[in-house]
Amino acid sequence: MVIPGPHQQDRKPLLTARELSVHYEERSALRDITLDIYPGRTVSLLGPNGAGKSTLLKVFAGMIPPSHGSVELAGTPLSGAHESVTYVPQRTGADWTFPISVLEATLLGLSRSRPRWRPFSRRDRDQAIQALQEVKMDHLSAAQIGALSGGQQQRVFLARALLACGRVLLLDEPFTGVDIPTQEMLVELFERLSNEGTAVVYATHDLQQAASTSDEVILLNGQIVARGSPAEVMSEKILRTTFGGQVIVVHASNTSAPVPDEALI
Amino acid sequence: MTAWLTDPWQHTFMQNAFIAITLVGIICGAMGVFVTLRGLAFLGDALAHAIFPGVVIAFILGGNFLVGAIIAAIIVSLGIGAISQSGRINNDTAVGVLFVGAFSLGIALMSTQSGYVRDLNAFLFGSILGVTRSDLTLTVAVGMIVLAVLLLFRRELTMISFDRTFSKSNGLNLWLYDQLFLVLLAMAIVISLQTVGNILVLAMLVTPAATARLLTNDLRKMVVLSCLTGSLAGVAGLYLSYHQGVPSGAAVVLVSTTIFAIVFLFEPRTGAISNRVLRRLHHPHPEKDDFPASRPAA
Repeated sequence: MVIPGPHQQDRKPLLTARELSVHYEERSALRDITLDIYPGRTVSLLGPNGAGKSTLLKVFAGMIPPSHGSVELAGTPLSGAHESVTYVPQRTGADWTFPISVLEATLLGLSRSRPRWRPFSRRDRDQAIQALQEVKMDHLSAAQIGALSGGQQQRVFLARALLACGRVLLLDEPFTGVDIPTQEMLVELFERLSNEGTAVVYATHDLQQAASTSDEVILLNGQIVARGSPAEVMSEKILRTTFGGQVIVVHASNTSAPVPDEALI
Repeated sequence: MTAWLTDPWQHTFMQNAFIAITLVGIICGAMGVFVTLRGLAFLGDALAHAIFPGVVIAFILGGNFLVGAIIAAIIVSLGIGAISQSGRINNDTAVGVLFVGAFSLGIALMSTQSGYVRDLNAFLFGSILGVTRSDLTLTVAVGMIVLAVLLLFRRELTMISFDRTFSKSNGLNLWLYDQLFLVLLAMAIVISLQTVGNILVLAMLVTPAATARLLTNDLRKMVVLSCLTGSLAGVAGLYLSYHQGVPSGAAVVLVSTTIFAIVFLFEPRTGAISNRVLRRLHHPHPEKDDFPASRPAA
């Protein structure tokens, strides 16, 4: 199958949400979300806490069924988890004291595609090492996950996701609490995956990160406030609507887009 | 010394007891690894109490009490799952509500029977001397099922213990695997009741696994060490019980706790005492070596 390049005009969306709503008991988390995500694009979901960023990612990952509306993957309705969609959860959800090595934790990325009665093969291990090499963690493959820093933990999650090798990569707050080298590595990785035709969707509350590391920004606050290129979306008025009047926009001289001061959010 | 070791084996009831406690040590040791890693010690204790009505009903009806206990455990574990699924009541609370309710039902049912105190005593503290060949057969059968299912679903059980969100995104049905885990746990508890009793079964689940966790960072080694420690403590405890006249359940648990304490204090790398001794050996005057800045100016 030929995956359309990022700049083709006649490309088809990989992931589509139509009139999507999610309610938790009486509370509405997402309202009327309709959007297309194209292969080879890096899309950031930007919004304050409680804006529904994680919820939207989980709906795309097939972990939360939408209360209304539908999600389609390459034109086929999505119900439940799909092997083409890889999800990288927030690091805080995992038990980092669990007695498991970096390599073993990475190998779990293959568990869906391997029969349960067979141990992981030598080839599986080589593949995992390769994924760890990509995130510059191969030298720590025998280390315990409990000994890792925040950035290293994020890299293990990325290696695990790379191993699963989906066409859509969903990441929940990948830039939060990680060191600068890991942030730079994430940016490089997103670029490479985009070039290979993967759709990368990540949640963030960091305006600057979203402005510098995405082809498209979706501003979310329960519903879609605005979407478009970083330059189109990052206007003071739109940001004020999303974040609730706590935004001071500082125009940086070296970029075309107004880059808000994240520290003021 | 040889006589001390061989004497107990001359009695059939002691042979049965040794075999039973070894099996219990292995099965609870393996299950206990997941219980401790997931922080489910309370659930283990609660489940042990909650199966009481099943045991009593089986006793009243004249059926096998192990079968009654397994049925009760499955009903209670499904109930815990159903209540915590509602979203308003957390898992811990659901466990608490159901376990005291079920245990009380068991006491009420039992009080209608004659010989109430003696039977309750056997349930609470175990009666290892009464292990029969047919009990052993059932223990082996149930134990094999538990170990086989653990082995088959080891990857899934590891995943849901380490990273539940990722497991869910991987298409694992968390509810189903939690239920499976509860049923396995109930089966492990049930086959331990006769040897160590209801109150002390928690020690078979938690203490050997905790000891193993202190000794290794590798999940597979942890399972093996936990099974070994559990059965070793079991056998040693039975000797102690036989020669000193201590109740068997208490003797087994005391040995297990002692092993834990020794490892906790003296394990070469992490032991509370050995660690200090090592540091002292490497840094005879830690206050001077570690804080040069605090040294008074000459």
